[in-house]
Amino acid sequence: MVKNSTTLSLRRGLLSVLGLLAFWEIGRRLHFPFLSAVPAPTEVFASLDQIVGNSKFWNDWIASFSRVLSGFALAQLVGIPVGLLMAMSRTLRYLWFPPLEILRPIPPLAWVPTSIIFWPTTELSIIFVIFLGAFFTVVLTVLGGARAIDERLIRAARSFGSKPRDIFWRIVLPATLPSIITGMAVGMGVTWEVVVAAEMIAGKSGLGYFTWASYVGGNYPQIIVGMASIGIAGYLSSGAIRVLGKQATPWQRQI
Amino acid sequence: MTVIETPSQSRTTQAADINSLALTLFRVRQWFTQSSPYLGFLGVASLLLAWYLLTEFFNVPRFNKLPGPVAVWREFTSPSPTFGISIYTPEYYMHIIWSIWRVLQAFFWATVLGVPLGLFMGWKRAFRDYTFPVLEIVRPIPVLAWVPVAILIFAGIASREAPVIFLAFLATFFATVLNTMLGVESIDEVYFRAARCLGSKPRHIFFRVVLPGALPFIFTGLQIGVGVGWFSLVAAEMISGEYGLGFLIWDSYVLSQFPVIIIAMLTLGVVGYGFSAIIRLIGASLMRWADRSGV
Amino acid sequence: MTPVAARGAINIRNVSKIYDPDGANVLAVDNCSVDISPGEFCVIVGPSGCGKTTLLNAIAGFHDISSGEISLDGKPICTPGFSAEPGADRIVVFQNGALFPWSTVLNNVAYGPVVQGTASSIDAKTNAQALLAELGLSGIGDRYPNELSSGMRRRVEIARALINDPKVLLLDEPFRAMDALTKGVAQEFLLQAYDRVRKTVFFITHDLEEAIFLGDRVLVMTTRPGRIKQTLHVDFGRPRNYKIRSSKQYLTFKSQIFEAVREEAIRAFEAGERELA
Repeated sequence: MVKNSTTLSLRRGLLSVLGLLAFWEIGRRLHFPFLSAVPAPTEVFASLDQIVGNSKFWNDWIASFSRVLSGFALAQLVGIPVGLLMAMSRTLRYLWFPPLEILRPIPPLAWVPTSIIFWPTTELSIIFVIFLGAFFTVVLTVLGGARAIDERLIRAARSFGSKPRDIFWRIVLPATLPSIITGMAVGMGVTWEVVVAAEMIAGKSGLGYFTWASYVGGNYPQIIVGMASIGIAGYLSSGAIRVLGKQATPWQRQI
Repeated sequence: MTVIETPSQSRTTQAADINSLALTLFRVRQWFTQSSPYLGFLGVASLLLAWYLLTEFFNVPRFNKLPGPVAVWREFTSPSPTFGISIYTPEYYMHIIWSIWRVLQAFFWATVLGVPLGLFMGWKRAFRDYTFPVLEIVRPIPVLAWVPVAILIFAGIASREAPVIFLAFLATFFATVLNTMLGVESIDEVYFRAARCLGSKPRHIFFRVVLPGALPFIFTGLQIGVGVGWFSLVAAEMISGEYGLGFLIWDSYVLSQFPVIIIAMLTLGVVGYGFSAIIRLIGASLMRWADRSGV
Repeated sequence: MTPVAARGAINIRNVSKIYDPDGANVLAVDNCSVDISPGEFCVIVGPSGCGKTTLLNAIAGFHDISSGEISLDGKPICTPGFSAEPGADRIVVFQNGALFPWSTVLNNVAYGPVVQGTASSIDAKTNAQALLAELGLSGIGDRYPNELSSGMRRRVEIARALINDPKVLLLDEPFRAMDALTKGVAQEFLLQAYDRVRKTVFFITHDLEEAIFLGDRVLVMTTRPGRIKQTLHVDFGRPRNYKIRSSKQYLTFKSQIFEAVREEAIRAFEAGERELA
């Protein structure tokens, strides 16, 4: 019974996706409103050949990915310890929380001009903005996760005579791991958003730049290819995190 | 013969009076000696101080290119500012209102379209089977990657406003639909069963179980939605807008009016925060019944 | 004129239920047969996961059965491949409570009549108010469930069921989550409500003392797959008083059935299987 319902779901999903593509194609051919300027699926597929063969396209992939990884890694390296420290030390929490809450609502992209002024290279300024975007997410998620640890677990550890160091490495860290991973997955999503926009605004390479340049250059089917590429790249990155996350937290596997 | 004395009445009332006074004094003393408000001030103050020292006082290289707090404050509070933006200039408020108005429109459409969609997706398996895959394919595409397509879609049909609002709408829409759907899925099966036992027809189940049950998640979704919508709007304004805080940031950068950048950034922060707070308050008042300890 | 209690006869005939959670065929209920007379208070006792909830859910209409037949007043309500829609003729009071958290007590109790269209909203609320008062629950109409104690919530839920004048009341370990003291008082409340309306009651529990205190008939169910192992007729007469718990007769009843229950408990303990809901 269960197997039947999953295949049914898949079939319906496939049907709707194909239906939408058909609608898009027909709409474009018949010049429906809203679709008259948008390239049709067939045009997009036709242009794939050219694009995939061009090495510059793959360089753009590498460029975006390297920015994403640098900014993201930096955000984790700084953000996770900050979050954990804030969770464990009341003083630090009260000290750092207000400034963080003031800076957090400022959209990361709003930092682009300031970042460009400050950093010597465009690359660094993009990475900085990416870092900011992911940093706040990470700190908040880690902080929330660490603070939500069941007090009883810590009490149990203490009644065994654990030192603070043990409590941190053996209780707090593993218990916060799921939140850290969630923060990473969400942060990765934010990271791609920021990368794309930053590249459109101020970049000279990368998938975001590719998409924007295609528009400016009048090569509309390429825009769709660019968008799809970014979507796939983002999906792969988040997926990788989720897979690694599941490996790191085997106790969370549910039947 | 000993008589066991019970404490006299007068003594207990005396003790009560002393207790209430002592209690008040204790509370006042606590507030002053508790570190939290001080630490908070200290945190913000040290941030401002660091900003000031690095940019204006010590003139640290690279930092000295950035506008410092003094320059920003002077500009912000001047009746005739050098770059035309201060609390006294109407342009400042105009930009704010443009941005807010756009976000409100995006938010409105995202809610009106997203909440019902999410509710149905959570409630009816078949509906979800048809709609979820399409959503999941489109969702990973960063909203801002849509900028060119958004411009193309609305080219010649709507004003230049449409693409910008559309982008903010997209971001909010996805957050709203997803959270609403999760909200419905989070409703304990037991409530559906109880409702069916009591003779409910499908429309009753929708309006009396699905909708109220998902409400906490819907509001979380709206809060998140406003946040990401705001974020996308600013980016869209920077890329292709006229007026608005995002536009102001980019424009003042291009024109080298650096203090205005900071003014706009901080304004963004404050307004964004205000939006979330308002939604949180509305949500809290509509859901007095929600268990405070958790949903 | 049919006597009030002529409605609500349940016939369970050779009922079996096979679950298929992950491709594993699990026999939850094995060939159970029970005939419940109208107005009877029937209790099923058994260890957790033995299949008693499965039986209750089948009567309520939440799923069908693999073989056999369940009928209510002569009409089949559950057969292989068919299950009559859950309805207000056989209302369930759930284990952890199912009062709608987003509605006030009054709106909860009035829910059934309003939704079935048998009363206008105002009338339903007035009736709800009256019923609550009769059951000793006045003054809480405007509160939300999470503001009430578990004992009160369970009582309100019983009121929500009774206002619909169901043929059968199905209670799925309703007092399971309560502490022993509250449980005792809640049980007495249920008995008082029962005495007033004399509906057929199908009550499941793992608590033997509760079963004997409440029921006209106590059936012992084995561990999975659940079979009816033993039946005990508890003829205390009604209304019952909490004092019967320390009476000699009570102990006699208990001693007749205790061994059977204990056997099943040990079996369940050693099997160590995860309970299927």
